[in-house]
Amino acid sequence: MRDAGGHRGRGLTRSIDWSLVICWLLLILIGWANIYASVHSSEPASIFDFTSRSGKQFVWMVTALGIAVTILFIIPPRTYEGLSLLIYLGVIALLVAVIFLGIEVKGSRSWFAFGPVRFQPAEISKIATSLMLATVMSQLGYKIGRFKDFIVTALIILLPMMIIVLQSETGSALVYVGFIFMLYREGLSGWLIFMVGMAILLFILTLTSSPYVAILVLMGVASLCIFLYSGRFKWWLFICIPLIVLFSFMPMLLEYISEAVIGAETIASVNESIAAAVETGETVEVPFLMKIKPIYILLGFSILSLPFLAFQAFRERNTFVHLAIISFLAGIMLVFSADFLFNDVLQDHQRKRIEVLLGMKEDPSGVGYNVNQSMIAIGSGGLFGKGYLNGTQTTYGFVPEQSTDFIFCTIGEEWGFVGTSFIILLYVFLIWRIIADAERSREAFTRIYGYCTACCIFMHLFINIGMTIGLMPVIGIPLPFISYGGSSLWGFTAMLFIFIALDRNERKYF
Amino acid sequence: MKLNRKNKLLIGLCTAAAIMLARLFSIQIIDEDYKLDAQNNTMVYSIIYPTRGIIHDRNGEILVGNKVAYDLMVTPKEVEEFDTLALAEIIDVTPEFIKEKMDEFHRNRRRIGYQSVVMIKQMPQETYMKFAEVAYQFPGFRGQARSIRDYPFNAGGNLLGYVSEVDADFVKRNPEEYKAGDYAGKTGIEAAREKELKGEKGYNIWLRNSRNKIESRYRNGEMDKEAVPGNDITTTIDAELQHYGQMLMQNKVGSLVAIEPATGEILTMVSSPGIDVEMLADIGKHYGEISSNPYKPMFNRAVQAPYPPGSVFKLVNGLIGLEEGVVGTGTHYPCNMGYRFGRNKLGCHAHKSPICFEESIMMSCNAYYCYILRDLLENGKYESIDQAMDKWKEYVMSFGFGQKLGSDFPAELGGFIPDSKYYNKVYGKGGWKATTVISLSIGQGEIGCTPLHLANLCATIANRGFYYIPHIIKDSEHVTIDRKYKERHYTMVDTTHFPKVVGGMYRAVNSGFGSGGTASIAAVEGLDICGKTGTAQNPHGHDHSVFICFAPRENPKIAVAAYVENGGFGATWAAPIASLLTEMYLTGQISDNRKYLEERIMNGDLMDRVKVK
Repeated sequence: MRDAGGHRGRGLTRSIDWSLVICWLLLILIGWANIYASVHSSEPASIFDFTSRSGKQFVWMVTALGIAVTILFIIPPRTYEGLSLLIYLGVIALLVAVIFLGIEVKGSRSWFAFGPVRFQPAEISKIATSLMLATVMSQLGYKIGRFKDFIVTALIILLPMMIIVLQSETGSALVYVGFIFMLYREGLSGWLIFMVGMAILLFILTLTSSPYVAILVLMGVASLCIFLYSGRFKWWLFICIPLIVLFSFMPMLLEYISEAVIGAETIASVNESIAAAVETGETVEVPFLMKIKPIYILLGFSILSLPFLAFQAFRERNTFVHLAIISFLAGIMLVFSADFLFNDVLQDHQRKRIEVLLGMKEDPSGVGYNVNQSMIAIGSGGLFGKGYLNGTQTTYGFVPEQSTDFIFCTIGEEWGFVGTSFIILLYVFLIWRIIADAERSREAFTRIYGYCTACCIFMHLFINIGMTIGLMPVIGIPLPFISYGGSSLWGFTAMLFIFIALDRNERKYF
Repeated sequence: MKLNRKNKLLIGLCTAAAIMLARLFSIQIIDEDYKLDAQNNTMVYSIIYPTRGIIHDRNGEILVGNKVAYDLMVTPKEVEEFDTLALAEIIDVTPEFIKEKMDEFHRNRRRIGYQSVVMIKQMPQETYMKFAEVAYQFPGFRGQARSIRDYPFNAGGNLLGYVSEVDADFVKRNPEEYKAGDYAGKTGIEAAREKELKGEKGYNIWLRNSRNKIESRYRNGEMDKEAVPGNDITTTIDAELQHYGQMLMQNKVGSLVAIEPATGEILTMVSSPGIDVEMLADIGKHYGEISSNPYKPMFNRAVQAPYPPGSVFKLVNGLIGLEEGVVGTGTHYPCNMGYRFGRNKLGCHAHKSPICFEESIMMSCNAYYCYILRDLLENGKYESIDQAMDKWKEYVMSFGFGQKLGSDFPAELGGFIPDSKYYNKVYGKGGWKATTVISLSIGQGEIGCTPLHLANLCATIANRGFYYIPHIIKDSEHVTIDRKYKERHYTMVDTTHFPKVVGGMYRAVNSGFGSGGTASIAAVEGLDICGKTGTAQNPHGHDHSVFICFAPRENPKIAVAAYVENGGFGATWAAPIASLLTEMYLTGQISDNRKYLEERIMNGDLMDRVKVK
């Protein structure tokens, strides 16, 4: 039906993808109802009471509707491409300005305050960046594989990201990582996503277990890639798997041997004197066997095998293996710098949040409090929930930020698993639909912008809900269309409706 | 569907959604922990403690009641600057104590939050009244009423037992019923009848917000539960008699047990030295003092101390002899200062010779019972001495000896009666004969029994052949005692033999001074007391003084056993004590001609004679 052409008539309203609009409407109404529920007991008032959050949200919703109508019917979609550079630069200027002129909210300078109204430029920088990316990448002759083009693209993304990090809004900056999915769609090598994923995995492994385990996993994955690439999967099965198994038992084996040779008591006493020597600065006589750390054996093995691999790759002119070796070395560097990154680069509160997420520290009343309470609220909802306005956890204030970042808890508690899965499926439908529309468009600009929109919504969705159910560290970003807040609602509404307008524009003229 | 990049991304999207849905499924539907946590989060159960059941004596007097004391509670978050010195003076503690406590609360402030914690437990009412007048000066401090035990009678400290806060171990063993901060009976009746006495806790449910502030009642108190007071129980103890018994036993080490023979109800059970009831009420404060006392007042000698019964045991051997036919009422045996076997002699005191069965009891002749035991063990009826010995043990155990009687008192001890197996182990099979174990005849040697066993023996004889298991709880409105306490237990000796023994016991007491009766001192005109003295040899010091008696001779109302450690002859201490108790119970007073005896007993102090470790 959609492909048949009848739907694609040139009528003003019929060319709009109404399913997206309905999705949007549903989400903001659900959001509004739940904002009312989340503040229900502390501010018992009518849902339209403008002194309460639900009343204010109603104002934001009406104005958002105005924005949507303006974008759909007044602004000609063609203008975005021409204005994108201007918008982008303007937003960058705003982002910088807010660091100096903005007010401080919860430790970050990312808000402008105009009297009672607050505004966060980071919310519209996503739109500006998306438009800029769409403009640049839809140019004739643009190729992401080309170094110059790739650098320009990376800069467009990294510039606002860096400024936002400077505002101490690391969470919002993290959303920009999502653009990598759009880049992948536009031809960026899948290995890049793979490497980003690997880097995160190595980082977590190093922190939670040990560098030894991290390097062992890295060796396993790298060898698998190399052997798979050269089509020698069987070799890998027979050579590498036994080696990996052997290595994984090596620390225990080594400990066993040294205990048998030296004796457990001697080891304990030497360890004690080493600990004492750290304070006094003396040198301690350590038995030879104890000096062997399992990680040295692993590194020694790598140092011996790498030149051999490199030589063979050189003979076979296999650039993939070279790259793999370089990636492997980079991975090892990451493993050894993980502690440094974690302890010296990350800010204190971010470090704590990651520690809690990874289970390195239990802290249910401190940093872990938010997550713990949020999971209790969601978990207590059960299958059908406690019913609208009947939540106890959210209404009695156990869950922090319950109308903004933790709005999902209210939904989880009052609507249960039925409600939460409905919300998630609604988002999946929305994103799926945006991608489908983007794919169908004839203009690269629309497609790229569509993917940008989908990526942003996805990142917000996954980080926000992931945070409330303990899958992600606590990163304060709103749930699109549902969380309380004008900036966020306006930003996402504008972003979505620009896409709907672009999409409609195509349907209108083709 | 082609696996192009768009579709790969869509697969990624679905995977991410699936991960979130799986996680939600697990925390919302599978995992119950979160639901429980949510309840704990919002609902505050404020516990209402029930009042413990009251313990009455057999006449309805209150032995253990309840009174109100106050815990001083502090809500550290509400405390403002206050005058530590003034508060210390009011509540009668040192300022350092208050400072220390406040520092402790400060250290634990995260855990405490907005909750209240106990600063001082169980302030007496007068102290609390003083505090209440000026409480407004100390925001954050308040008193919480709590019911504690009250003892109107100074009677039966050991018997009653004490109540104290449960420890972590106790809570672990009874996780369903007890929580930290609850009280439970730890010893005596309080422990044995904990189930009836404790009652059921109630609670008020409040809703609180995340800052621990109480918001409102949960469903207007619909789901609240009233506390159910504990059931009252009635003991068989006679409070007046118990108190009198304690007076008689003061400054002596030993036990005094009185049983109503017709029911097996324990009228009095004194273990001396015992615990003063004043100490029971605040056991925590006195615990150190009690447990460091060398005389071990916590040790209930009446049911836990294994003693040799001494000559009192002759009654048992005599009854067995009658049943087995080795002796009759007309049997006469000579006694010349003892019983000779081989080169050995078991000595006896001076009395006329020869004597008959009744006279042997009256004069407590040792030799007579040596003949009986020897005839018992060398009885041709049995194939071997082993068999005869085991038969003898069977007889003895039918009187309740050598085993727990099964009373409702906790921590009862079984005592010990030897058998052939035991002697075979000691002397080797065939390595012993009747004369080896001859001291069993007079209640010495390897016999161990508790004063409760002796009192039960006395009740058995008073009943002419049966006993009820001695017990301290009576049937009452809420409590029905076990049926076993209402069943007669007959001994293996025919009831027709008992009057013969009773006759001897009567003559032991009522033959008058100079007649040779050993217990003339116990005689009370008109009461027809029947008794038997015992002097248990004690290798560690003075002999133990033992006496059992019942009265009146027909339809006995009371059976008493007195055991005074290191008291010497049975007639010196035990007999006067038992007879005074009997007289007091039966007549309600001590006759004028026996007042001197009462005075001597009450002023008597044997504590120096008792060796303590």
